[in-house]
Amino acid sequence: MAERANSVELHNVVKRFGDIAAVRQMTLDVPDGSFVTFVGPSGCGKTTTLRMIAGLESITDGDILIKGRRINEVPIHKRNLGIVFQNYALFPHKTIYDNVAFGMMYRDVDRETTRRKVRQALQLVQLPHVEDRYPKQLSGGQQQRIALARAIVIEPDVLLLDEPLSALDANLREGMRVELKRIQRELGIATIFVTHDQSEALAMSDKVVVMSEGWVEQVGTPEQVYNEPASEFVATFLGISNLLDGRISEADGQTLKIAADNGMDLLAHRQPDRPHGIGQNVRLAIRAEKIFLADAHAVDNDSILMDGTVRAVDYQGQAARYFVECGGTTFQAVNPIDRSPFQEGQSVRLRIRAQDVVLLDPARSGATASRAQTAAGTEAAA
Amino acid sequence: MVRALFSGWSLIRVGTILVYVFMFAPVLVVMLLSFNSSQFGSFPMEGVSFRWFVALYNNDAIVRAFQTSIALGLLTAIIATTLGVTASMAIVRYEFPGKNLLNTVLIAPILVPEVVLAVGLLLFLQFMGMPRNFFLLLMGHVIFTMPFVVLVVQARLVGLRREYEEAALSLGANPLEAFRRVTLPLIMPAVLAGMLFAFTISFDDITGTLFWKPPGVETVPTQIFAMLRHSISPEVNALGTVMIVLTVVLPLSGLALARRLAVRRGG
Repeated sequence: MAERANSVELHNVVKRFGDIAAVRQMTLDVPDGSFVTFVGPSGCGKTTTLRMIAGLESITDGDILIKGRRINEVPIHKRNLGIVFQNYALFPHKTIYDNVAFGMMYRDVDRETTRRKVRQALQLVQLPHVEDRYPKQLSGGQQQRIALARAIVIEPDVLLLDEPLSALDANLREGMRVELKRIQRELGIATIFVTHDQSEALAMSDKVVVMSEGWVEQVGTPEQVYNEPASEFVATFLGISNLLDGRISEADGQTLKIAADNGMDLLAHRQPDRPHGIGQNVRLAIRAEKIFLADAHAVDNDSILMDGTVRAVDYQGQAARYFVECGGTTFQAVNPIDRSPFQEGQSVRLRIRAQDVVLLDPARSGATASRAQTAAGTEAAA
Repeated sequence: MVRALFSGWSLIRVGTILVYVFMFAPVLVVMLLSFNSSQFGSFPMEGVSFRWFVALYNNDAIVRAFQTSIALGLLTAIIATTLGVTASMAIVRYEFPGKNLLNTVLIAPILVPEVVLAVGLLLFLQFMGMPRNFFLLLMGHVIFTMPFVVLVVQARLVGLRREYEEAALSLGANPLEAFRRVTLPLIMPAVLAGMLFAFTISFDDITGTLFWKPPGVETVPTQIFAMLRHSISPEVNALGTVMIVLTVVLPLSGLALARRLAVRRGG
């Protein structure tokens, strides 16, 4: 059995624009056939990284390998990549057929093969009848599919998608998400997807790379980055998290007791492969949807229960986001609505299970820690 | 009534109309008189005739000047457009030291008064000990028509998203092919417009041409100038009419055609 290889490898890749570091020391594997998403706020370096892989941006330091070949100095037209741009970039002066067939001109194939492959690609994106039209005559969603067809017809080594869904309206976007994933699965092509939309990242990826200010904050499966955020940035960027500082007051087997700075006592599970000594300062993250609200007199013996007061309600239909004041801290809690939501000013009981309290790793906030260092260094220099 | 007539806007309207009449009436008179059958250009016209056009056609000096002007204009248009498009691509799409300086230098010839440019080039040629010849006349025309090409093409390139080229490159086209198959077709309207500008400006230029033309070579404008020194012949009117058709009607219909083609493709 052949070993599962990597389509793309990044080794300590750095990109600087003058004095500004856009990407700092990025190392990453994109296994064959996998769907990897770069997610982060704008300016985090995700698009720059994609453009370096594409060959549209030079690499300041480090190596990028595609199918095991170092491509740092290989010009873009010799990299065999499929790129879908944010605004599709279909050639407005060419028909849909000529758009999709464009890449075939530079591959050693005869006219018949080209025709067959273009038809196949159009079939795959479910637009077989638009060959003779011009891009302007298609809707945004259709142009998107054609851009995808044009990128995959050349059978690229890697498919690069630069926020391809951001120009579509919300309901079309959800449909394209499923569609894109289906096509990617069907072709088994390694794909790198850039987005600032966390729900796209979580829904589509095999592997999510969360980036911030040029650093990789965390790499993991969608479940990992969502349920076990490694850093404060990841905890707050993906979904809504409540952050608390505290100190470990008791350590008993799997469970830790933590005295939070606001006076609350919380239970948390021990994080594997990390030491947890009594008296150690820790930072905690609790997802908003893991704080369960109940009527003020509810009794439960298995979890931590606290009394609080609803300060604001953000009604969202099937769920609501509550801002609950408890022990001087305002928690955010996202709960499904049972009959009618809690009202402002109502007294409620918060239930937090030990398994839902995540201890953030102060060292692993790799980015955060080294960033602090860098900042300190800069200040010292200045 | 009277008040409405002299209120601000109508006054401006009347003024504008008068200015245009003042500017274009002489041109119309020239065109009308070129069809006059009489030897002496005066109104009322005595009859309509094409005799001055025929005389024009039989005048060897004028036919030769025409050929020179057309050859000069076409060559100028081709060279200025080629250089202008390449320079625009370099300036809009690439980063290199001295880029802003180069851009200024390229545009400078239309900022400098033409006489100054003309005398400067002439003095330079004398200093270099070079005789005046057709090639140098051509280069002179290229220098002061290129800014128009650069301005028009640059404006279009700036508005053209880079992603089209990047998409072509990612599909395997090398930079030259990407330019030929994607960029050039997309900036073609601007390229053609620049070419037309270059041709018309070269075709009716007189200042620079008077300084630079080698002995014995006349273009249409310098030929007219020479003819007017002796007498005002009705042939000049006919020649003027031909010039107007070439420099105004042709470009306008060319642009209209380009626009119609663009609309059809946009569908």
